[in-house]
Amino acid sequence: MVLGLLAFVGPNQGGFADNDIGPQIFQTGCLIGNAHPCFSKVSLLMIIAAIVVIALFLVAFHAPQVVPRALQNGMEAVVDFVRNAIVMEVMGAEGLRWVPFLTAMFAYIFVCNVMEIIPLINFPPTSRIAIPLFLAIVVWFSFNVVGFKEQGVGYLKSTLFPPGVPAALYILVTPIEFVSTFLVRPFSLSVRLMGNMFAGHLILTIFALGTAYLLLKPATFAFAPFSFALSVFLTAFELLVAVLQAYIFTILTAVYIGGSMHAEH
Amino acid sequence: MLHLELLAAVSGSVTAIGKGLVYGLGAIGPGIGIGYLVGKSVEAMARQPEAAGLVRTTMFLGIAFVEALALFGFVLSFIIS
Repeated sequence: MVLGLLAFVGPNQGGFADNDIGPQIFQTGCLIGNAHPCFSKVSLLMIIAAIVVIALFLVAFHAPQVVPRALQNGMEAVVDFVRNAIVMEVMGAEGLRWVPFLTAMFAYIFVCNVMEIIPLINFPPTSRIAIPLFLAIVVWFSFNVVGFKEQGVGYLKSTLFPPGVPAALYILVTPIEFVSTFLVRPFSLSVRLMGNMFAGHLILTIFALGTAYLLLKPATFAFAPFSFALSVFLTAFELLVAVLQAYIFTILTAVYIGGSMHAEH
Repeated sequence: MLHLELLAAVSGSVTAIGKGLVYGLGAIGPGIGIGYLVGKSVEAMARQPEAAGLVRTTMFLGIAFVEALALFGFVLSFIIS
């Protein structure tokens, strides 16, 4: 693996800045075609993640047993986690019909995130803005449609004119509420997921490449194990981040949808 | 000519300093915020262990909102060129 990294670094290059390796680190190359919306490694990983999620749920639940075994047990734990720790805590019993949607979203984001640390894949498709942004747009439509369906036009009123504010302050409050609900929500939802995965992938790459760089010169050879040890530690840390970001994305979706079900009092 | 080259070099390093500053300054507030938030949550959990689940959920929500600011700075530092 280190030899492979050495080949990636190249023998006679001065430092990180001399390499234009950004496009390689973030997989902008095409697998099929060569124009710029093309089928890249990211597209392939997205499709693989979807297939993995569908296959896991089909295999686990195609013949459910009363006493669950191996895989069914594990997948039931996932559904149970989304149902009890997210939906029941945030939306209450009437949010239960959102459990399938939220479970699918949680599983898909988690599989996408965890690809960051799976050997030979080593790239989280969620670190490119396309997937988080698309998911955030789906969430945006979901909570707005739910709001209009449950409250009618009163949804706009309760969102833009929150009760309990002096009338004169609405000049100030309404634009802020508009921007924060309809513009900042999808933006921050997608940038949060993308930023975490982007930073995680970058830092793993830096320490893996750093190990290879330090091995190049006899003077720095002794420091390579430290860089390597930190990259191993960070791999474990990124597993935690992968779970946490999937959880946070799902719980924020639940909060937004639950919030538009009822007018604030 | 020398002056122009010098100016180009200076402006290049000013961009680099700016990138560092954007992230560094952007991380101060969220750093303090998350520390305060988690500290208070631990205090609440120690005081009322039976409410630990609720406090933990709310804590993660709060962290998500605060952390977004730091991440905006991080992403912005790559956008500046």
